Amino acid sequence: MAAQSGRPGRTLIVLTALVAALIGLMALGGTWTPKLGLDLRGGTTITLTAQNTSGSGSIDPTSLDEARTIIQNRVDSLGVGESEVTTAGDRQIIVSVPDVQEDRLVEQVGQTAVLRFRAVYSAEQVTPPVAPSEEPSTPAPSGEPGSDESAGAPSSAPSSTPAPGASPSGDNRPLPGLPTAPPAPSTPRPTAEGQGTPPDQAIGYQPSEADTADFAAFTCDQAGNQVDVSDQPLFSCNREGTEKYLLGPTLIQGDTLTGATAGIPQSGIQWVVNLTFNSEGGTAFENITGQLAQRSEPQNRFAIVLDGETISAPSVSSAIPGGQAEISGSFTQASATDLANVLKYGALPLAFEVSEVSNVSATLGGEQLQAGIIAGIIGLVLVVGFCFAYYRGLGIVVVASLAVAAVITYACMVLLGSSVGFALNLPGIAGAIVAIGVTADSFVIYFERIRDEVRDGRSLRTAVETGWRRARQTVLIADAVSMLSAIILFILAIGSVKGFAFTLGLTTLIDVLVVFLFTKPLMSVLARTKFFGNGHKLSGLDPGHLGVKALPGIRARRPGSAAAGRAGSAPTPATPVATTGEKA
Amino acid sequence: MSKFSDLGHRLYTGEVSYDFIARRRRWYALSAVLLLISLGALAIRGLDFGIEFEGGADFRATTTVNSQTVDDMRSALERTGLPDLDDSTINTIGSDQVRVQTRTLDPTSEVPVVRAAIGEEVGLPTDQVAYNLIGASWGDQITERGLIALGVFLVLVGLMIWIYFRDGAMSAAALVALGHDLVLTVGIYALVGFTVTPATLIGVLTILGYSLYDTVVVFDKVRENVRDLRSSTTRTYSEAANLAVNQVLVRSINTTIIGVLPVAALLFAGAFILGEGPLKDLSLALFVGMISGAYSSIFIATPLLAQIKERNPEMQKLAARVAARRSKESARTRGADGEPVEGVEEAGEGAGPRTPALTVTRAVAGTVPVRPVSEGAAKRPQPQHKPRSQRRG
Repeated sequence: MAAQSGRPGRTLIVLTALVAALIGLMALGGTWTPKLGLDLRGGTTITLTAQNTSGSGSIDPTSLDEARTIIQNRVDSLGVGESEVTTAGDRQIIVSVPDVQEDRLVEQVGQTAVLRFRAVYSAEQVTPPVAPSEEPSTPAPSGEPGSDESAGAPSSAPSSTPAPGASPSGDNRPLPGLPTAPPAPSTPRPTAEGQGTPPDQAIGYQPSEADTADFAAFTCDQAGNQVDVSDQPLFSCNREGTEKYLLGPTLIQGDTLTGATAGIPQSGIQWVVNLTFNSEGGTAFENITGQLAQRSEPQNRFAIVLDGETISAPSVSSAIPGGQAEISGSFTQASATDLANVLKYGALPLAFEVSEVSNVSATLGGEQLQAGIIAGIIGLVLVVGFCFAYYRGLGIVVVASLAVAAVITYACMVLLGSSVGFALNLPGIAGAIVAIGVTADSFVIYFERIRDEVRDGRSLRTAVETGWRRARQTVLIADAVSMLSAIILFILAIGSVKGFAFTLGLTTLIDVLVVFLFTKPLMSVLARTKFFGNGHKLSGLDPGHLGVKALPGIRARRPGSAAAGRAGSAPTPATPVATTGEKA
Repeated sequence: MSKFSDLGHRLYTGEVSYDFIARRRRWYALSAVLLLISLGALAIRGLDFGIEFEGGADFRATTTVNSQTVDDMRSALERTGLPDLDDSTINTIGSDQVRVQTRTLDPTSEVPVVRAAIGEEVGLPTDQVAYNLIGASWGDQITERGLIALGVFLVLVGLMIWIYFRDGAMSAAALVALGHDLVLTVGIYALVGFTVTPATLIGVLTILGYSLYDTVVVFDKVRENVRDLRSSTTRTYSEAANLAVNQVLVRSINTTIIGVLPVAALLFAGAFILGEGPLKDLSLALFVGMISGAYSSIFIATPLLAQIKERNPEMQKLAARVAARRSKESARTRGADGEPVEGVEEAGEGAGPRTPALTVTRAVAGTVPVRPVSEGAAKRPQPQHKPRSQRRG
């Protein structure tokens, strides 16, 4: 370390250059304030966790990244600026959008569901359990080309006479048509994939008696309790909760859908949603729509199911070839766009769960920032006040060192904000404030060491050097412990805690830097001055303060003998060894 | 202040000395009582985990608080018609905020309803109601990660201490002090009923760092004082350790005060300006933990260290030697006080044996610091060949 050398001046110049470089970089970037986290400026943060639909195992990183891209697109489509979508850990995606308080954002992002197309077997009108305060976002559109807008007349569960030859399902359910015990509505249903009807046979599925009985008992508020298993039938409701459906196993997986757009066709005046499938999906879709078109209401409808919820259940009147379909209905621009977005971006490769939503209004954010700044100022004033009271003149060293540390810390935060996107949040501010104590501790250790050395009979100048050698070790171990906790917290912690860990680690590093490159050389310089070196009463190094009768190496201060005292003082700190304190 | 620093000086020289180590039973008993209270509080009251660990939703809105606020809010929640909102916690923060904590809600269907209801109640647009929502499984994950962090930290810190001191007894004593601080802090949380949030967890982990740091400062000095113990007959290990505690007492008090001051500022800002939130949670844990850390480094770690060391046969031999020498000395007519030394000029050159730092002795005013010196058979100070700057004091 440079502080070893007896050239404190040179070390100070190095540090000055460093600080100047940091400030220069800030000027180059043109940013003078750190990037603030959303808890300080207001905004919404959503943490999504990928769910393993296939039981155990880890999440495929490629899928996670793909999902990230889709969600990013989805957020961008809302037209909010400055949004950030990042992956965290091995299964989290974090969406942060400043200045947006809308519930719509959570809805759009939260719909990270698996999209599936299923056939409708029966549909019933129900009264919604809760009347949401917003207008329904999707009407019940009807399929193209039939433009009649029947939203599916209420019909009791059809007396589904099971078609003979319905493929026996591979699970332990009773085969259709066979006499069975009266089904209990609470038949446990398979919750794992791969025991039911594969997509290519799903169109031939007929509900069993148990299915119909259970469906009759099913209400929309139970919708969330069931597992959306691809190859099993599903009870589902539309988004408004006004209609419930008995749906067959999945016919087409949503990932075969390549696009969905909202628009007004040239021939029409109504908003429609256009779907585009890839070749595999297109073939399947044509095949299915052909079969559905021959069925009667409501079985001529197919449901677009997202996360178990039916977002649209249009009816089909003829086969739709070519992998292009159009859903028409009483769409408004907003509802058509919404549906298109859900269709387009709903086809995520993973199912996600909304783990955390944190929403801070701009006012609250401003308050938190203000409180953090106030706490920082109070903390600084208290520490500085204490140091002046106890260490007198050495308080200047504390203030100067803290000021340098503060400037470097601030510059680092600004630069990290503009380069790697580090955002300062409230725990981050707390970390920086706690670090004031850590930094000031280093000075206390050093000053106390200097006192110990003087008490042991060394001259003040020597004590500044030898005390440093002893204090250095303690300062380093203390900072190492602090650093260790910061690193562990940073690696293992989730969410905003990371901010605390980061600033704590950063300030700890800066503490080491400042103590070595600033405080120590400054002390060396000050020890050569008359004020400090001769132990002036206000310097904090006066004999009374140190508890010795007189400073070793300084002649008793009689009026006018200061110069003599200087002459009799120890050799320069440049050679801090072999100083035998002069005897008075 | 200058009185205090003068005391610091007298503590340093051993002129004023408090026997921390001999009174260890007292500290152990005090700590045992505190720990029992902590564990009892944990067992009986348990910890109040925040929604981050349990899952749930937390809404906040700015409003003018009056005696009706909580009831109004409760009826607003009832009006939403959503199930299981009866056991929601509603409290007011300061005079201008209301906070509603509910079970975990569905982000798309239930949150907007509750938000709208709260907004309507306080007369704000829905957008102005801030909220946090934590899914139940997420809480489990956060808990798990927190515990892993704690475990990893303890193991690494144990290793670090061990590498730094290269001394099993020191590492053990430091870890005991660490555990002491941890239990005490968590116990206070249980006792007072503060909510445990991730910010609390940060506080607790940071405390571990501080607790260690305090212990390191004391043990550093102990190590210095016992360096030449083997060849000496002036002091036992316990006495050397006790002197170390006395010598770093002022430093420990100062570092603790300086560490606690910014934390107190955080606590003030968190509790009085914001009312609730990470600042308060973090600073409460730190506040308790820092004070406990300073206490345990002096009253628990060092006595324990001395106790472990004194069992070591070598140290027992040393204690016997010291006792023998002292009895011989007291047999002589010459008192054990050493010759009074005049003037600072002889500081550090040693003059006679040191007063055993066992009792609070008020030595003659003007006594100067005396460094232990190696002695020959004639019990006279031997010349040292090292330059003064390199002698270990």
